[in-house]
Amino acid sequence: MPEVLKAPLVVEFPFTRSLGPVQSAFLTGLREQVVLGVRAGDGRVLVPPVEYDPVTAEEIRDLVEVAATGTVTTWAWNHAPRRGQPLAGPFAWVLVRLDGAGTGLLHVLDAPGPDAVHTGMRVRIRWAEERTGAITDIACFEPYDGVPGQLTGSNGEFEGERVTGIVAPARLDYTYSPGRAQSAYIAALSTQRTVGERCPSCRKVYVPPRGACPTCGVPTAEQIEVGPRGTVTTFCIVNIKARNLDIEVPYVYAHIALDGADLALHGRIGGIPYDQVRMGLRVEPVWTEGARYPDHYRPTGEPDADYDAYKELL
Amino acid sequence: MTREESSGVRDVAVVAFAQTDVLRTTDELSEVEMLMPVLHSVLDRTGLKTADIGFTCSGSSDYLAGRAFSFTLALDGVGAWPPIAESHVEMDGAWALYEAWTKLLTGDADTALVYAYGKSSPGSVRDVLTRQLDPYYVAPLWPDSVALAALQARALIDAGDTDEPALAAIGARSRRVATLNSRAQLRGSVPQGEYVVRPLRTGDCPPVGDGAAAVILAAGERARELCSRPAWIRGIDHRIEAHALGVRDLTDSPSTRLAAQKAGVFERPVDTAELHAPFSSQEVVLRKALRLDDSVRVNLSGGPLAANPMMAAGLVRIGEAAARIHRGESDRALAHATSGPCLQQNLVAVLEGEPR
Ligand SMILES: [Zn+2]
Repeated sequence: MPEVLKAPLVVEFPFTRSLGPVQSAFLTGLREQVVLGVRAGDGRVLVPPVEYDPVTAEEIRDLVEVAATGTVTTWAWNHAPRRGQPLAGPFAWVLVRLDGAGTGLLHVLDAPGPDAVHTGMRVRIRWAEERTGAITDIACFEPYDGVPGQLTGSNGEFEGERVTGIVAPARLDYTYSPGRAQSAYIAALSTQRTVGERCPSCRKVYVPPRGACPTCGVPTAEQIEVGPRGTVTTFCIVNIKARNLDIEVPYVYAHIALDGADLALHGRIGGIPYDQVRMGLRVEPVWTEGARYPDHYRPTGEPDADYDAYKELL
Repeated sequence: MTREESSGVRDVAVVAFAQTDVLRTTDELSEVEMLMPVLHSVLDRTGLKTADIGFTCSGSSDYLAGRAFSFTLALDGVGAWPPIAESHVEMDGAWALYEAWTKLLTGDADTALVYAYGKSSPGSVRDVLTRQLDPYYVAPLWPDSVALAALQARALIDAGDTDEPALAAIGARSRRVATLNSRAQLRGSVPQGEYVVRPLRTGDCPPVGDGAAAVILAAGERARELCSRPAWIRGIDHRIEAHALGVRDLTDSPSTRLAAQKAGVFERPVDTAELHAPFSSQEVVLRKALRLDDSVRVNLSGGPLAANPMMAAGLVRIGEAAARIHRGESDRALAHATSGPCLQQNLVAVLEGEPR
């Protein structure tokens, strides 16, 4: 059995999110070094503010300014910061009830060590030097034993443009393994062969194999070499050029049933004008130097296959 | 809600349960390959074929393995021909079971296959779980799952509900009893280890592992035909709390208590409880919310501190509780599943065996 393949897989995406009126006021406020909460039905001031009451689900809009100083209500010491977290060195995660607020704000506390942190300790916001209207405009909290912070008297209206959205980049790192069956398929492709797996129950040959027969729900293991020639079962003509793709449009993308396979795979058809591709066309793979899969499929010149020969594979 | 509340409906039982070994890595297996033996095993226990199953429902998450629509590929393991009635929840399989239970109550089906799987090994679960948090105020700070649980643990310690030695004892007990569970990932004596995020140490945190589980539900007489002692679902309910951690009292779990009340937990004592408490500190919260005293056998399977296959661990709790009833080791058992940070969402089921 060939080695199971592994490769790094990075999933990365910037989420663009729009803000409602309350979140917009809060994040605009952070940009201006003002902290706003919202008054809930039970009189508590929620910081950070939300648009719907967590108890009654009523819409709430009554913005209230709170101080940039507060009290730690619980904490946890993080000696090994992870990627994306606000401070590069060891820090405490904290829930802070800002003066005037009735709920805790999750953020981080810059402190020399766990012995310097306790529940009930007084802290204040350290503002980020560059602020854009995001929760990270609070760089962190820092220990503070002075008087409670002064309010600015803000009513939630600010000069300059309101923050109406945030871009939240996300990145997750994986080590992808396709498993036994697809590893074998990819390994065979490296020698320009295509292998599928036969279902022990219905005898169908699946290409690429996924290790299971989707109709019988049983494992597949028997490897079967298929192709290299095959039949176009259906196709479409692509007229829009994809970004970072240097294939000229229009081109044909087709389902191709390789000889001996009971499932069509897909590939591009070349070597024939796009408007002459047809169902039943017999094709073969074209490999480019050092490639790990066929670049495209081209006509073999054989007579077209009978419809009956591939109708089950449509 | 309890069966009585749901007005003149049929009895539904868990009639079979199967699970995989939970392993740190399963590189050689695709998700469907990991799942298939469990599906075959649970069907074999009842003699049912896929075509006999009235409804199929699964739970999983694409974020674990970093693959879009991964549940559709996992369906290959079921054998979806002829076409089946199927649904999926992007949650723990316990919630898939809830959906299947309601389906059986409607009378649309007499049997249901519920399965769940999680292949966590390709990514870093601590980072992956940050993506389920509030995207405006919390996720940009990347607080990982251990950090959030540690905030809850500190709140419990400050409140006098527990201390670090007591937490360590929960982890140690879980792994000790797991020596009897051949499926568990961590068994026997495991060092309590260093702090991961203080006050939680390695021993307070669940192992990261890959695994899958499946159960079969059946209604009324069909359940009696398929199982000599069905685990009747007497009540099941799930509740959710505010998303924002700072709004909640982290030392309590009112959603668990309410779900338990609606499921009928407090009507009569239970003898067994399977709690989905991935962190030792969360067992403290759940015992309090569910009013469990020392007369109740808690997590005899070892619980999530011994094996925590994401998305399947909650379904495993229901399966383990049901299996004890099947074997005659319990007469009335509680099963709990959770989802979200610091026990945000909680599902509670009461299972009963008939008098022997
Ligand atoms: Zn088959």
